Amino acid sequence: MAFFRNRRMAGLIRFVGLFALALMIFAAVLLVFGKNPIRAYWDIFSATLGSSYGISEVLVRMIPLILTALAVALPSRIWLINVGGEGQLFIGALFATWGAVNFTNLPAWLLLPSIGILGFLGGGLWGAISGFMRVRGWASETISTLLMNYVAILLVNFFVFGPWKDPESANYPQSAPFPDAAILPSFFGTRIHLGAVLAIVGLILFYFVLSRTRWGLEMRAIGVNQEAARRNGISTSRYIILLMLIGGGMAGLAGMGEVSAIHGQLRPSLSPGLGYTGFLISWMAGGHPIGIVAAAFLLSVITSGGDILQMTHRIPAAGVHILMALILFVVLARRGGKPR
Amino acid sequence: MNRSPLLTLRSMTKSFPGVLANDHVDLDIYGGEVHALLGENGAGKSTLMKILYGFYRPDSGEIRLNGQPVHIRSPHDARQFRIGMVFQDFVQIPAMTVAENITLFLPDLPFVLNQASIIKRIEEVSERYGFKVNPHAPVWRLSVGERQKVEVLKLLLADARILIFDEPTRSLAPHEVDGLFQVFANLKRDGYALAFITHKMKEVLACADRITVMRRGKVAGTIKGSEATESSLIELMFGKQIEEALGRRGETPADGRKPLLELKGVNTRSEGMAWGLKDVHLIIKPGEIVGVAGVSGNGQKELGDVVLGLEKCTKGVKYLHGEKYTDWSVAQVRESGVAFIPEDPLGMAAFPWLSVQENMAMVNTRMYSKQGGLSMDWQAVRSDLQASLERLEFNIPPFYVPLGFLSGGNIQRMILAREMAHHPKLIIAFYPTRGLDVQSANSARRILSTSRDQGAGILLISEDLGELFNLSDRLVVMFQGRIVGESTPQEISMNEVGYLMTGSKGENKKSD
Amino acid sequence: MIGPFLISIFSGAIHSGTPLLYATLSEAVGERTGIVNLGLEGVMLIGAVVGFTTTVQTGNPFLGVLAAALAGGLFNMVFGFLVITRRANQLASGLALMFCGVGLSAMIGASLIGSRIEGLNEIQIPLLSGIPVIGRMFFNYDILVYSAIPVAVLVWWLMFRTRWGLSLRAIGENPTAAFAAGKNPHRLQYQALFIAGILGGIAGAHLSLAIAKTWAEWMTAGRGFVAVALVIFSKWHPIRAIAGSLLFGGAISLQLQMQARGVPVSSFLLDMLPYVLSLVVLAIWSGARRHAAPGSLGRVFQGTE
Repeated sequence: MAFFRNRRMAGLIRFVGLFALALMIFAAVLLVFGKNPIRAYWDIFSATLGSSYGISEVLVRMIPLILTALAVALPSRIWLINVGGEGQLFIGALFATWGAVNFTNLPAWLLLPSIGILGFLGGGLWGAISGFMRVRGWASETISTLLMNYVAILLVNFFVFGPWKDPESANYPQSAPFPDAAILPSFFGTRIHLGAVLAIVGLILFYFVLSRTRWGLEMRAIGVNQEAARRNGISTSRYIILLMLIGGGMAGLAGMGEVSAIHGQLRPSLSPGLGYTGFLISWMAGGHPIGIVAAAFLLSVITSGGDILQMTHRIPAAGVHILMALILFVVLARRGGKPR
Repeated sequence: MNRSPLLTLRSMTKSFPGVLANDHVDLDIYGGEVHALLGENGAGKSTLMKILYGFYRPDSGEIRLNGQPVHIRSPHDARQFRIGMVFQDFVQIPAMTVAENITLFLPDLPFVLNQASIIKRIEEVSERYGFKVNPHAPVWRLSVGERQKVEVLKLLLADARILIFDEPTRSLAPHEVDGLFQVFANLKRDGYALAFITHKMKEVLACADRITVMRRGKVAGTIKGSEATESSLIELMFGKQIEEALGRRGETPADGRKPLLELKGVNTRSEGMAWGLKDVHLIIKPGEIVGVAGVSGNGQKELGDVVLGLEKCTKGVKYLHGEKYTDWSVAQVRESGVAFIPEDPLGMAAFPWLSVQENMAMVNTRMYSKQGGLSMDWQAVRSDLQASLERLEFNIPPFYVPLGFLSGGNIQRMILAREMAHHPKLIIAFYPTRGLDVQSANSARRILSTSRDQGAGILLISEDLGELFNLSDRLVVMFQGRIVGESTPQEISMNEVGYLMTGSKGENKKSD
Repeated sequence: MIGPFLISIFSGAIHSGTPLLYATLSEAVGERTGIVNLGLEGVMLIGAVVGFTTTVQTGNPFLGVLAAALAGGLFNMVFGFLVITRRANQLASGLALMFCGVGLSAMIGASLIGSRIEGLNEIQIPLLSGIPVIGRMFFNYDILVYSAIPVAVLVWWLMFRTRWGLSLRAIGENPTAAFAAGKNPHRLQYQALFIAGILGGIAGAHLSLAIAKTWAEWMTAGRGFVAVALVIFSKWHPIRAIAGSLLFGGAISLQLQMQARGVPVSSFLLDMLPYVLSLVVLAIWSGARRHAAPGSLGRVFQGTE
């Protein structure tokens, strides 16, 4: 067992080293643009981890990030590249909103599970379309999920600017507010909500299914050698559709959580690229559950930092995309793109 | 021969992870000779020649050309020294035309290509050596024999003086081999040096001036072709161990039994470059081995995949154990007692990053699962694997390491043990001995013949006519997706099969 | 009886199709040598912002195009390093490149938001542009539009008529074969990616200098991904890419014209048109593309021992 612990330690040290390298390159970029990187990093740190409120907000951001990372990690076990987390999240939110604003008189114990299921279904179906297209040989899931992100966001825009627009909200494009029964409960007086439990359960199930069950074994087999798996009677098409469905469902749950607990109504500004960030997290973590938590924490800090940089340093919020890309660059360059 | 050698290799050493492929090998090649490199698979012949061609870099050793030491770091360098090589798996680009493939290979062309002049050169040289190849044809349309000629043309046009051929006869029919040796003779006459890798004794004796025999990465000896005999070569190749002949049963006891497998008028789609099946009828009875001969790419793979259920029939019906199974999934077929022994276990059967026992469980994940799939019964997996390995008299590997950590031979044995663990009723054996050393190949053949004696039906797809004649009770020959001949090894000669394999007009024997 | 509506759609199709054509050519060059670049979106953004900044500072849009091309080529070298030298996963590296391009272009362009430039003006071809209808349809565009089809032909000529192109295509089909034929796959792939980057940079520059004439964050809006689909539609062939780009340019133009004329359909639904069209086209063309796809797409030469 010491062997494994050592290997994990080595992995952790390498991870920290790579992260530091990415931070240094980004610091250089900031310098080029005439910003003070030390001040920038310090402001990010103090605003996110310097107070209990900051920490709770980091945790709040981690909830959708873990779910969207799972949306990528699960299909990636059989080499599917799901870049559609963003779109799946939006459709999940759309479905959940439909449930919340149409069944306002249901009690919470019935309504909350219903919008959860709707969110899962929405994202899941959106993902399964790509899975289906892949199985039929119509399009690779990578390109179809990417294109469908745009369709999903436009679809949400269509509803909140059009049929679902709240007549009482003046000119803001947003749906009617959720009834109280459709708001996920929060804990400890913070914005940390019930979605956290979903994320944790999702992580545990992900680990358990992969390592213990027959389906996990079959998925790993497909991941290692698809040709051999087919010859051993494992239906790869079924797994492709199923994993895109469940993965998309995870992202849909993230969307449901955001719309219900954070916004309380459907808005076009629902997600600051949570789906894409989830993709990054999954690749950084190599699909490992603990790694997903660690990477989600890190990127939660960084993306929150983006807002802070915009406010205090007049750096566009998209600027932290560079840091996110740099982290992925060093991870990819280091590992040569191996799955583990 | 008192001349000094054109090319001298001294003390060439090359290791791959876990294998010492070449161990201080010395070799001399003269101009105007055919120098055969003989040895069983894995003896290090190809590695040595790929070093010479710059495809691999040696760990140590010296190459001299006309007495001058040279450094060959890449095929590009080798070409500068006028060394050319025909690889075992052709390095051709199927989607491109013959002319494009050859152009790619030519050095010193201008930036803007003049295709007309290149095609003219191709036609001139092919005229001189009596090949007929259409330069405009895409390579995927060519037969293996024609592709071989394209390779030779490439080397000649690129002005190579030292020509290396890596198992050029592997997928040629007997009369095509004779044609190739005629080309060798012409080239030799024109002063080219030829190095020719093979593991077939007869070919060596037919065409080589000198023969170097390799064994386990070392040179076992070099002798003149005129002085070599089959027995002296065998002794050099194998030391003591000699390929064991498996007795074939005189009569076929399967005659009276009901068919185990029956294909009636099966067609499949033709995917890309391979031929789909056309109107294939095939019966396999319990206790018989049906051998399928054919040049690779003529529908054998599709035949195996159709039987396994991986490829769907576009027309026709399949019966297994007397039941219609045209629409069964692979899982259903496998669970009904069908085993699959592939040519290349790492590509088609094994999961290198899964542990040995996980690989074993893959044969039937449903059977080994508990609580409807929530966990796996590893105890049962291990005991079945242990039992099967013991039955086959294989060594027991550790069960928890990733399969990929085992040696190639052990991986092959593991897959055999897995496939044989549940006493399959039908075995699809797909080039089961290709790439195996003699011992592993013998044990694979023994397993097949033992299973047959115990009542299993076997579909044996192979390119090795000797193996097919040795093992099969019945033989069918495939050409362009059709079964063009059916016979028994006693009633048909290898030459006749060779003609059928290549679609030559040879008499279409049907003796059933 | 060509109504002004149709004329507007046609000239709009040519305008919107031009950046798509450059982008599609960029992707096609890369994919012909076996490399899928999903980071094209990022390359285009870099091209757009560098071209815009240069034009604002020098006042010369031609220098802007030149700078955009160069920046695109250099930016693509980052991708090359990852997928060629480091053999990283192409799809993930491409997306990382896209992120990087989004972020970097936002930083570079931050101070330019809201500024407008004259940009690339229409060049009226003497006499020809005076012809009614035809003149407006064919002879009233900026320089990058006029050069788009010649560039496509040039790319075709490079790919199919030169030794360099033959080697490049061979690497895309089977890098081991190309290596055995004495080629250096990695060097050629870097060259191809540099040229692809130049084309991608020009595509971005056309967006910011000729179409929008301003800079906005993420102004490519997924056109890079549409181009990836277009490459499949055009079967990796530069000449067919012209037709594909026109078709998609037409879809974008139709949507813009309908919005401009107040057709009572939600603009959001119309905006979906290019993306949905891409998906539909991919599905319809799926059967035909198997033989056309480069044999070794997505894989990089691993080298020998």
